[in-house]
Formats: sequence, C-alpha cells, structure tokens
Amino acid sequence: MVENDTLALKTNNVYVHYGSKMAINNVAVDFHKNQVTSLIGPSGCGKSTFLRCLNRMNDVIDICKVQGEFHLNGIDIYGPEIQVENLRKQVGMVFQKPNPFPKTIYENVAYGPKIHGIASTKTELDDIVKDTLNRAGLYSEVKDRLDDIATGLSGGQQQRLCIARAIAIKPEIILMDEPCSALDPIATAVIEELINELKENYTIVIVTHSMQQAARISDKTAYFHLGEMIEFGVTSNIFTNPKHEMTEAYISGRIG
Amino acid sequence: MVYVSLLLVFLLSYFFYFIGKKRALNLTIQQKQTLTALPDYYGYYTVIIILIPAILIWFFLLIFKSNFQEIFVMSPLLFPDIEMWSASKTGLIMNKVTNLSHVVNLPEIDLSVGDKSILKMASESELIAAKNLAGFDKIYGWANITLFIILPVLLGFIATRMISTKLNAQPIVERVISYVIKGSSYIAILITFGIFFSLIFEAINFFRYVNFIDFFFNTSWNPNRAFVINATEGFDQEALKDAFGFVPLLTGTILIATVAMIVAIPLGLLTAIYLAEYASTRVRNIAKPIIEILAGIPTVVYGFFAALSLAPFIKDVGESVGLPVSAESALAAGLAMGVMIIPFVSSLSDDVIKAVPNSLRDGAYALGATKSETIKKVVLPAALAGIMGSFLLAISRAIGETMIVVMAASLRANLTFNPLEPATTITTQIVTSLIGDVEFDNPKTLVAFALGLTLFIMTLILNVAAILIVKKYREKYD
Amino acid sequence: MTDLSKRLAAEKRFKYIAMFAMCLSLFFVVILMLKIFTTGSGAFIRTTIEASVYFDPNTIEVTNESSIKAIKKTSYVNLADQIVKDNHPNLNDEKFILVREMYTRKFDFQLRDYIANDPNIIGKTILMDITASSDLDQIVKGNYPRDVPEAQRKINDYQLSVLDSLDADGKISSTFNLWFFTNGDSRDPETAGILGALMGSFYALLICFSFAFPVGLLASIYLEEFVRPGKLTDFIEVNINNLAAVPSIVYGLLGLGMLIGVFGMPYQVPLVGGLVLGFMTLPTIIIASRASLRSVPPSIREAALAVGATKTQTVFHHVIPLSLPGSLTGTIIGMAQALGETAPLLMVGMVAFVMDIPGGALDPATGLPSQIYLWSESAERGFLEKTSAGIMLLLGFLITMNTIAVIIRRKLEVKW
Repeated sequence: MVENDTLALKTNNVYVHYGSKMAINNVAVDFHKNQVTSLIGPSGCGKSTFLRCLNRMNDVIDICKVQGEFHLNGIDIYGPEIQVENLRKQVGMVFQKPNPFPKTIYENVAYGPKIHGIASTKTELDDIVKDTLNRAGLYSEVKDRLDDIATGLSGGQQQRLCIARAIAIKPEIILMDEPCSALDPIATAVIEELINELKENYTIVIVTHSMQQAARISDKTAYFHLGEMIEFGVTSNIFTNPKHEMTEAYISGRIG
Repeated sequence: MVYVSLLLVFLLSYFFYFIGKKRALNLTIQQKQTLTALPDYYGYYTVIIILIPAILIWFFLLIFKSNFQEIFVMSPLLFPDIEMWSASKTGLIMNKVTNLSHVVNLPEIDLSVGDKSILKMASESELIAAKNLAGFDKIYGWANITLFIILPVLLGFIATRMISTKLNAQPIVERVISYVIKGSSYIAILITFGIFFSLIFEAINFFRYVNFIDFFFNTSWNPNRAFVINATEGFDQEALKDAFGFVPLLTGTILIATVAMIVAIPLGLLTAIYLAEYASTRVRNIAKPIIEILAGIPTVVYGFFAALSLAPFIKDVGESVGLPVSAESALAAGLAMGVMIIPFVSSLSDDVIKAVPNSLRDGAYALGATKSETIKKVVLPAALAGIMGSFLLAISRAIGETMIVVMAASLRANLTFNPLEPATTITTQIVTSLIGDVEFDNPKTLVAFALGLTLFIMTLILNVAAILIVKKYREKYD
Repeated sequence: MTDLSKRLAAEKRFKYIAMFAMCLSLFFVVILMLKIFTTGSGAFIRTTIEASVYFDPNTIEVTNESSIKAIKKTSYVNLADQIVKDNHPNLNDEKFILVREMYTRKFDFQLRDYIANDPNIIGKTILMDITASSDLDQIVKGNYPRDVPEAQRKINDYQLSVLDSLDADGKISSTFNLWFFTNGDSRDPETAGILGALMGSFYALLICFSFAFPVGLLASIYLEEFVRPGKLTDFIEVNINNLAAVPSIVYGLLGLGMLIGVFGMPYQVPLVGGLVLGFMTLPTIIIASRASLRSVPPSIREAALAVGATKTQTVFHHVIPLSLPGSLTGTIIGMAQALGETAPLLMVGMVAFVMDIPGGALDPATGLPSQIYLWSESAERGFLEKTSAGIMLLLGFLITMNTIAVIIRRKLEVKW
C-alpha cells in the first residue's frame, strides 16, 4: 500500500462565512492523486460546506463567503481569471440524494459532453456514453433501455447514473457528498466497490457520516468538528491511533 | 321596503334564539331533567325553524315580484290587443307604466318638468294602469312587512313549543348544517348547468332560424340583413343564410389572439425566467408585484388605450412607411391584449420554474454548465408541463376577452389574416347583437347565445386540455 | 478556450435578453399609469366664468316662502338666459346664442341649487362662478388647439374674442370639480359625474358579496372537511376549476338567459348584475377558502376531536376561525376583479345612459366600468378626461382593495 503521494488539490487557510456566521475556521487539507480521502465528523460540522468549496458550488449561494487558498495543480481555483465552468469540468460532483435529470438515461450521461463540446459526432457521443456507463458499472443493467426515463431506475441505479454523468466529462477529481446515505445496504456496497475501481483513474473526496464506510474505502481521512479540521492522516492511523483526543472521542462514539 | 322585511326576519330569529335557549334551560330547572343537548343547540334549532321557510318565501316573492306586478297590471281590459304584443313590447310598456306609477299620484307642485312631460305623453289606459300599479305596490309593501313579522313570530312559537327535554336538538341542527353546506357546493354544479342550459336552449331556438351548417361554414356575417319580410312569411330565409356566417368571426378571433400570443409568450416567459433565475430577491420583490398590476387592470382600460392611443399610432406608423393600416386594425387590439396577458404567462411560468427542485440545477452546475445552459436544457424541460398549461390558459383568456376587442377592433366582419386590416371577434358580435332591442324571438338576438355556446365549448376544451397536459407530464417526470 | 468563451457569450446574451423582456413589461405598466394620470387629472378641474347674478323675482316662479320641493321642481332656464344677457349687454340674437353656448347648458341647475340652499337670495345680486361649457373648458385647458382655421374648431372666432376679454377682466378661473364626485351621468361633459355609476357598482358588489361569500365559504367547508372523496366530489371539483376559467361574457349570457329570460328579473338593475358577478366570483372564493382551510394543520383538528368535540364543532369552533383571514383575502381579491368587469354588466343592461343616482339594488343603474366604456364611446372631447378620471377612480379602488387584502393576510394570518 505504498502510495504515490502526488498532490492533486491543496487547500490552506480556508475560512467560510454564511453571512456573519462562521462555518469553516482555518482548515487546511491536501488531497493526493488516485486516492480516496474521506471527510468525517458529526452533523453540521462543515464537511459538505468545505466540499462544495472545492468545485465552487458555494458560488451559487449569495450569502456564502469563501476565503483561503485552493490550488489545483498549482493554480488557485478562486483566481480572477478562472472560468468556473471549466473548473467544474475538472472537478465533478455527486450529491447526497440522486438527482438525475428527468430525461432519458442516454441524455443524462450525454449532457455534460454535449455542452463542453467533447464529442463532435453522434457515434463519438454513443461511445462516450457506453464507456462511461461501463465504468460506472451500470451498462449491463441498462443497455437495452437507454431511452427510458432515468427517474424510473432504482435509487442505487440512479446514483450510479449520477456518477456516470459526472465522469462522462473526464474530471480529475470527483467530489461525493454522502453518496450512499439515501441508499439501502446492498446498493451502498455496490457503490463502495465502484469507488474502489474508480480511484485507479480519478482522485476522490468523499464526505460521509459513517465512520465504518470511511474505514472501508478511504486511504486518507480528515476529521472535522464544528468547522475546524481536527486531524488528518492515513485512515488506518486515524482509526487505530488518533493523535487528538477529540478525534478519539468521535471514533469511540462518545460524541456524535 | 323589501330589504326591511328581510332585516326583520333576521332580527326576529336572533331574538327567538335567546327565547329558545332560555326555554330549554327553564325546562331543566322545572322538570329537573337534563337536556340531551347543549342549550345553544335549542337556540339554533329555533332559528332554523324560522329562517329556512321565511327566507325561501322571501326569495320567492322577490324574484317573482315583477311577474305579479305584470299580471296585476297588464290586463286585456286596459290593453285590448295585449295578446298580440311581443315580449319586448310588453316589457317596454310595463317599464313605462312603472315609471308613471312613481309620479301619477304626486301633487302638482312636486312634479318636475321631466315628470310632467312623461305624464303628458301617456295614454289613458297607461295612466289607469299606473294608478293601479301604485296602489298594488303600496299594498304589496305593507303586506310584505306584515307577513314577515307574523310569519317569523308564528314559526318561533311553534319551535319553542316543540322544545322539550326529550328533543335532542344537536343532531337535528348538525344535520341541517350539513345539508346547507352540501347544498352550497351543489350550487357550483348548478351554475355550470345553468350556463349550459341557458346557452343551449336559446341556441337551439336560433338554429331553428338558421341551419347548423350554414352557420358554421358560411363566410358572410351581416346580421343587418336579417329582416322580416312580412308578418306571415316571417324572415327571408335566403337573406338569413348570408347573414350569420361564423367563419369570419372565427378567423378574426384567431388572428387577434395570435397577435396577442406573439407578444405575451416571449415577453412573459423570458420575464418569468429572469425573475426566477437571475434577479436578486430585492429586484424580484419589486418587479413581480408591479408586473402583476398589469393583470389587475380592468380590460376596459386596455380597450380605451388601444382605441385611443395605440390604434392611431399604428395607423400613423403604417402610413409613414406606405402600408395601408385600418383605424380598427387587428394589430392594435392584439397588441393591447398581449400586454394584458403577459402577467398570466409570467406568473404561472414563474411558479412552475421555481417549483423545479434545486437538486436538478445543482446537478447541472456541478457538470460545469452555464446558467443559461442549465435553464434551457434542464430547468425548462422539467417545467415544460406547467409552462404549456400556462400557454393554453393564456390562449383561452385571449379568446374569451371582450372589452378590448369591442373598443378597439372592428364591428364589421372581415375574413382576413392580415393584422393591418380590421377584424371582428366572437365576443364582439355577442355584445353588438344584444345592443338595442333584445327580443328572444329574433335571430339577431338569439345568435348571441349560439356564439356564446361556441365560445364556452372552445374555452372549455382549452382549459381541460391545459389540466390534462399538466397531469400527463407530471406523471412522466415524478 | 474559444468554445467556453462562446458559451459565456451566449450566457451573457441570454441574460440580457431576459432582463430586457422584464424591463419591457415594467415599462408597459409605467406608460399606462402615466397616460392615465396625465389625461385624467384634468377632469378634477373645471373652468368657471365669473358673472354678476341677479335673482330677479319677476323671472323666478317661486318665492322665498315656497317649499324646498317646489323650489327644486321649478325651471330656471329663463333666469339663466336673462343673467347671460345682463352680463353681456347689447347682443343680437345670433351673438346671444353663441355666448350662451359658452356657459354650461345646465347652468340653471346651479341656480336652482343656490336658491334651494338659501331662498332669501331671491331679489339679491351676487357674484357667482358659473361653470363654463365643455368646449370652453377644453380650450382653456389647452386640449383644443387655438391656431387652426375656424371651421375645424368647436369655438368660433367671436367666442374666442369674448373669452379673451373675459380672461383679461380676470373672470376666467379654474376650480376643483367636486361635481365629478357628486353628480350622476349627463349629456354634457362639464356636469357629468360618476356618483351614479359608483352607487350602481356598490349595490352590485354588495349583492355579489352577500351571495358569493356565504355560499363559497360553506361550499369550501363541505369540500374540505366533510366530503368523502368519490366520483361526485371529483366532478364538483372539476366543475369549479372550469368555472374559474370561463370568460366573463358567458356569465353575462347566463344572467340574460336565465335570470332575466326565465326568472323574469328586471333589466338593468344592480340586483341582477350583482348576482351575475357573484356567480363569477364564487369559484375564486371556493378555491381560496379551500387553500386556507387546508393550511390549518391536522393537529388542531385532532386536538379538538380528542376532547370529544363533534366534527361540526371542530370545524366551526376551531378550523374556520383560523382560516378566515385567508378566505377573506381571497374574497376581497375576487371582488376587486368583479368590480372591474364590464362584459357581464353589458349583458344585463347595466350600461345605458342613466341620469339618476340609484337608491337601491332594484333601481336602474350603470356600473363603474360600463360608465367608463360609455364615456369612451362618446364623441365629445370633454368626455375624454372624464373617462381617464373614471379609470383613475376605478384603479384607486382596486389598489385599495388589494392592499386591504394583503394587510389582512399579513396581520391576521397565522403562520404554521
């Protein structure tokens, strides 16, 4: 398990305010290539907020103010010359509750490539869709009904469709905000296995409120508490030998 | 007078409420037994016994008062040839006699110049009839009041006699209440049936004069040609055929509605998009109510400005570029109508767009889509059902609009698709056919009902279609 | 990244087009309001001519002993003519007619009211501001151009010269036109007022409310609280939604065909007009009341039932009072819409020239919007500002009613 620790995304001195309320207080985390990093901690401690900073989804919220350094391959993603649409091409996101577009399965996956002009012919697009669905482990289940409406799929299938949609534009990093919290255990297991396969080609950051899940699938873990990052390190170390007493309290279940 | 008696009924029943309640309470004390229901209910019981018969009778008398007057006054003794009179002539004479009856008994000194001339122009029988009517009205007024004092009191006493400890007033009262509220909801159905029947009834009468096919497929609309040849032959059938051709009305309605939609749909939809997706809360809170003012402005105002400012303006502009524009162009009416409809489209679309869940937008943004791409490719398709529904409702509104076209469009039928020419609509013709003499035995009047029936069915189809489309799309995407 | 810059350019274009559409819509509102205000404000002013008025006892048929009734019924046309002659001496017949035309035709009514107020004025002389005719009024207000050839003018050169000399003597003034609010309709624009139409609409709305509010409230109670869902209730609901979208002119035809044709109710009266408006407003009230009833949480109902109240008691003691603000709001808004409807009034005849102020719902009357329609159809220029002023009044009422509805909603509605 020797990791090739190449830096993909580096964050430093991150502060986030909602109006006058501080949500993130001086956080710094490094995310490494082809690794799964999980953000854990009790509810409301800012994990999702922090995650949304990484692809600038917080821009959509008026009262949210983000300060700090976010360097993707050495470039500050909040720099004035950055086009947010391009950023999101490189940093994709999967949400807590599956949100496929009310369109066909094919169209859901094809949407991203279409708007970014990735495919120039229909056959190219077809190939991308097929390849993506394969990578998401969904193709065998839906190959005969690509023209069915996506909302007719089960919850687990919908989430895998959303993952496919996200990777169709070939991002470097995939952000996942509690992707399994709305799914049953079997679907969860399928997705966890998918994440394991995906990390060979993508860098994954996953927010999860399940410590067990973090222990199962992630290489590195960061523990958040009330807007601060308490501890960050290799997952096995965090869980067996936490350095901070608060981390230890959370792991052992004394706080939740 | 009439309202005084209604007031008396309510006052008396209010009074008897307490009497009924008191009696119930007294019974418990006297007979040392408990009541089966709360004392209140005995009060309400009394009120019901009084009110229901009394109000029914009051309404009956109100509605048929003029019929009673007519029966009393218009006797063949005074007006020998009354059997031969048409319904409208009877009505006219009745009106005249009614007006006379207000002044015929006044002393000379109290008469105004106008009053004196009315009296001078009346015939002998009309004056007698007027005096009779004045006498009738006086007696009627007092009889009314007496009736509505005696009746409630009588009913009140009967009710209180019926109160006993064995009487459980509560279920009775509650049952009556449930009938009343049930009946109220049936009134809604009654109204629909009322509309349907009154339209169909008179429309059928109309179709006795003019053939169904001739009406719906003829292209010449010229009601003035529907005249009577003579008393025995009735109407000139040939002329009738050419007088009531529906087609130019239909094309006119569609033409003006189309112009209106061309204005309202883009402006309304884009406004809705801007307000729902781009505008800050502050802008939205100011702009939305202002635009809704457009919906609150009565249509007569739009008609006024269409006729006064818009039509001449368009005419001038047209003439300055060498196009022949009528002073009553369909364009003027259509533009005014379009402005009126903007808030319909924008309000409904705005609600629908806002109802699209944010998770869908997030999904699109996370893929790196721009705002307009998200709107065009994700939000609008998801909201499509509601938006289509709002379009259909707007079209229905445009077709049924009356005042703007009466005031700004033409009264002459004209089969054209050129908006610079004048055109008339279904609603305009309904209005014009009822101006002047309203005679229920003349096709000129009856055609209004045939047109009304057609209009009702057209808008009904559009409204039902709107609801169905919304339902179908919602099923698909939920 | 030319692809992206194209997309961003498209984004900007789209945003600006949408913003432009919204601004255009706002712009329409603004123009409409401006136009109304500028044309209508003139109606609140009328031009007067100062004249010396001698109440000649020889020309007046009554004395200061006569009853008020007698005074009001007498004609003062001769007195009016004489006063004009006194103020413009030495005119031949033709010129006299021209000058008399400069004063309002109804000048004798002004005299009548003066005498009725103070019978002892007979025999005395006072200075009075007499209302000018509409044509003169329009010239003074500048609505008629003075510099066109005489044949195109309503006021000829001679009359203009008289006007100018009166003006030079300081006898022309403008005063607030209270008559607009206190008079009924008239053939002459300068004396036309809106009171008759106002009362007509008032009675009609009164009838409308008396019918539609109780029936609507009770019906919505039934549909929301007591009904078992089934085919019949579905049918009722579909009906109500349809009725809400039926064009107003169809309701007018219903009034004509059923109320007037079958029931024989009188033509042209607010009772029938009000009933038709009531039919029209009923679906709106039902829909608003239902929404209001639905917003009361089930926990309230459960609490009432748990202490042993019957269904009826629960509804009438607990649910209805909580939903009343919402129902009232919807009703007021519905009535505001009804106030502005013209088509139904046209159908039942509430649109003819009625001079007298109606005293009840059974007197012939016009309504506010149909009066506006009538005035707008008139050829006389003076009616133009009256029409706009009528519109201003109508809009004023609408804004007031809607504001009241919003205030009721804000203040009384309980947020769950």
